[in-house]
Parts: sequence; structure tokens; C-alpha cells
Amino acid sequence: MNTSNVKKLILLLALATSGAVVAAEGDVSDSDRIAQYREMISDGNPADFDEMRGEELWKTAGGPKLATLEKCDLGKGAGVVKGAYAELPRYFKDTNKVQDLESRLLTCMSTLQGSSAEAIAAQPFSTEKKPSDISSLATYVAGQSKGIKMAVSVKHPREKEAFEIGKRIFNYRAGPYDFACSTCHATSNVRIRMQDLPNFNIRKDAQAAYTSWPAYRVSQGLTRSFQWRLNDCFRQQRFPEPKFASEATIDLTMFLAVSANGAAFAGPGLKR
Amino acid sequence: MNAKWIIGTALTVSLATLAIPAQAAESALDAKTTEIIKRDFRDKGIARADRVNQDELQSACSKYLDKLPAKLKTRLEAEQVQSIKWPADGKYMGDWKAGEKLAQSGRGMTWSDKAEDPAGGNCYNCHQLSAREIAFGTIGPSLLNFGKKRGYGEEMQRYAYGRIYNAKAYQACANMPRFGHMGILSEAQIKDLVALLLDPESPVNK
Ligand code: HEC
Ligand code: HEC
Repeated sequence: MNTSNVKKLILLLALATSGAVVAAEGDVSDSDRIAQYREMISDGNPADFDEMRGEELWKTAGGPKLATLEKCDLGKGAGVVKGAYAELPRYFKDTNKVQDLESRLLTCMSTLQGSSAEAIAAQPFSTEKKPSDISSLATYVAGQSKGIKMAVSVKHPREKEAFEIGKRIFNYRAGPYDFACSTCHATSNVRIRMQDLPNFNIRKDAQAAYTSWPAYRVSQGLTRSFQWRLNDCFRQQRFPEPKFASEATIDLTMFLAVSANGAAFAGPGLKR
Repeated sequence: MNAKWIIGTALTVSLATLAIPAQAAESALDAKTTEIIKRDFRDKGIARADRVNQDELQSACSKYLDKLPAKLKTRLEAEQVQSIKWPADGKYMGDWKAGEKLAQSGRGMTWSDKAEDPAGGNCYNCHQLSAREIAFGTIGPSLLNFGKKRGYGEEMQRYAYGRIYNAKAYQACANMPRFGHMGILSEAQIKDLVALLLDPESPVNK
């Protein structure tokens, strides 16, 4: 997609999400509107730029060890990127941990490139001023699973345990509003204001939601990773902040990813 | 004693012994979940890490979801009723216009809110209220024409006040926050919301 198309799209969506249009268009939900625009830009997505940036980072020598990430093992063997995201999170022998994409990227960036995991985790998400390397890398790797069926395993006991704990975190109510993920995401066909909420206990909903991230967020003008999505939902949940790529976020991701099994990965997506 | 009885008893006994390790595994997972949550969240802005600590009701509703054992449900609801602080002046109605503003505001208590920012009611996030506002959420039931349908009397005012103050007093695992109980809204603000629901002049009833 060329830049003028991107600009046009951003303008359209910015208008669509402003209150004025909400009032004028009646009760058309945000997702209906997004579907219309998605069709209009079927030749591309601004997330493509982030994917390209991630690919460049993947293939360029960096870090104190001046190495590329091309030998990174994302679970399908050293250097295999295609289809890797469709099988994450998974158990990794070398770290003896269940890892999602971002935590695995952290491992590779520190072991192969010699970068400090703490330093990377200090800027896990892009801002208007500064894109985040790990977020762009995640967009690139995820994009390499486009069209591939989600097949996340719970065969290993540690994977099974991560799933079970993730399910419990999904239902964990706390904080001043007594919210859990399940407050907003365990009932079908409900919405907050005009934003439709997926019900993660229903496979079809879980599949559509999970397979569309990472995604370009038009309202923010940035491509966002799945870790970001969880982080922002915890914010709305009135929780404190989950540590980046922590076990809590990985286990929760495991629960959601397994719930999405069987669907073709469709990201990077496009969101309001 | 017949053969059926023996088989039946043997089956019950073996199922019971099977159930014990399964239960132990479940509670081990519950314990590990809590441990992970307590370790993996940190202070950000006004959202302190200790927000993940649960009270008994939060913990029970996380475990049983909406299938609380009847006895526990009755006890928890009774405790929540007990904790409602009713207005000292015995009046429940405030100003519906202020209530409408509160109902519209979805702000409050996230790590991106400032300590000095007043929290809103978030009501439209989950409920239809006035017919004029079409961008309403549907997690909660529609409250359009609440007073017109349910009556404007003092009993109903008291009910609305109690619901907003502590929704869990009426339904232990309700999805609605406990606005008074958790200190999200003040007594005066809750009265304004009661007026939004129950003032005949409020857009909710027009
Ligand atoms: C108070 C409400 C609320 C809570 C609690 C909440 N979410 Fe969300 N969630 C939303 C809203 C609203 C959206 C719509 C996206 C947006 O912000 O535009 C959403 C979107 C999502 C999406 C993306 C869906 C899609 O199709 O793009 C995922 C995944 C998600 N939430 C997961 C979670 C998880 C996991 C939790 C618990 C950590 C959680 N949410 C807690 C309100 C909530
Ligand atoms: C996160 C969702 C949520 C928010 C925010 C919320 N509610 Fe509710 N509310 C519910 C649900 C769900 C119910 C249904 C009963 C239950 O589960 O307790 C309900 C029930 C009610 C009822 C009882 C309805 C009846 O038929 O008796 C009233 C009154 C009410 N809410 C008022 C409010 C007001 C006023 C606000 C804002 C201060 C508010 N609610 C905010 C979810 C919410």
C-alpha cells in the first residue's frame, strides 16, 4: 500500500471513531465500520511498515555481540520463522520455560546479540516518538504465520499447566472495580459503549480476536503487539501493570491462543 | 446385600478417592496462580501492586464464577448488605443533571488517571440509560425508563442507592462494580445517579 492510501485510511478511521460520526451514523458498531474500511484497503495495512522494520532488525547484526537474530529458535528449529507464531506459546527446553513470542525474542536478543533483557523490557511498546524494536520484531515474526492454522500444544505438562493457570488468571477478579478478563470477555454479543467484546469461552470469538493481533491501531497510529493488548486490557481492568513478558502474561496468552486453535492466523490486523 | 449395591458402593468409594488428588491438584493450581499474580504485577501510577490482593468475595467469585455454593452466596450477600452505608439524612435523591455527567464519564482509577482526577460512573459503558445516548454498552441490562417502569417511590430509591453503592449485596458475583463500597463514588454522587434513574424529569424517564 502506498503512503497516500495510508493517509486516506487514517483520516477516514479518525473521522469514524470521533463522536460526531457515531451520532450521525446511528448504532453501527465500531467493528462493522472497521470491516467496511478493511475491505477498502484490502491491498494492504499500515502494519506492513512495522513488519518490514522488524524484518530488517531480524536480519541486521546488532547488540554487543554484533549478531543477527537469524539463528533464533522460535520453536521450529534455529532460524525457522515461518509458522512459528502459530505454535506459540510453547515449552522450550533450553530455558526450561513456557514462552510466548515476545519472551522468546527477549531470550534470543540476549543470548545471540548480548543485549540486556532488562534494557529491552524497559521499552516494550512503541510510542509516537520512538518505535519499539521488540514490538516490530514481533510483528515481523507473527506476519510469517499468515494463513497458517493455529496449533498451540498443551501436550507437555508445563504447557498444560500454563494453560490451566492462564484460565485462572482470565477469571481472577480483583482491584477497585472487581474486574477480571471474564467481566468483559465471557458473555456473547455484549459491548462496552460501541466496542464489541469477544467472548473467549466461544471458539469462534476467540479465534477471530486472537488471530488478528499484532494490529495497526488507527486511533493511535501505531502497530501494537499482543503483549500490548493484554497490557491495555489490564489497565482497563484497573489492575496494576503486568511486567512485560512475565509468566502471568505468558500463561494468559497460552489460554487465549489455545482457545483460538484451528483458525488460520490472519494478522497483522487493523483496529480502530 | 445385592451385587448391584456392592458395585455401586465400590464405585462411589473409588470415585471419592480419585476425587481427592484431583481436588488437591486444583487447589495447587489455584495457589500457584495467586503466587504468580502477586509476583508479576507492579505499581504504575495510582494503580499499586497490592490491588491484585483479593477480598473473600473476589476470591470466591474467581473460583466459582457464577456458580457459588448457595450457603456461601447467602453469607457473602448478607455481609455486603451489612456494609452498605445508607445516607445519614435518609434522602436518596440528588441532581439528575450531575448524575448524567457522571454516568457519561468512563474515567477513573486506571494507571493513566491522576489521583486528583475524579472517577466517573462508567454507567453508559454497560447500560442504556437515556434514549438520547445511543453509544451505550450492553454488559448490564437496559435502564431506559427505569423509574417509569419500576415506580418512583422511596423503596425504589433505596434499592437504586443500594445497588449502586454495592451491587454485590444483591448478587454476590455481579459484574457491576461496588461504587460506594470501594470508594469510587461519594454518597452525594450516588444520590445524583439515583436521581438520574428515578427523577421523573430525568432523560432516563422521558
Ligand atoms: C473493563 C473492560 C475490559 C476488561 C476487564 C478486559 N477487556 Fe479486553 N477488551 C475490552 C475492550 C473495550 C476491547 C475492545 C478493543 C478496544 O479497546 O478497542 C477489548 C479487546 C480485547 C482483545 C482484542 C479483541 C480483538 O478482536 O481485537 C483481547 C485479546 C482482549 N481484550 C483480551 C483481554 C484479556 C486477556 C483481559 C484480561 C487481562 C481483558 N481483555 C480484560 C475491554 C476489557
Ligand atoms: C461493568 C459493568 C457495569 C457498570 C460499569 C455498571 N453496571 Fe449496573 N449492572 C451491571 C450488570 C451486569 C447488572 C445486572 C445485575 C447484576 O449482575 O447485578 C447491573 C444492574 C444494575 C441495576 C439493577 C437493574 C435492575 O433491573 O434492578 C442498576 C440500578 C444499575 N445496574 C445501575 C448502574 C449505574 C447507575 C451505574 C453507574 C454508576 C452502573 N450500573 C454501572 C453492570 C454494570
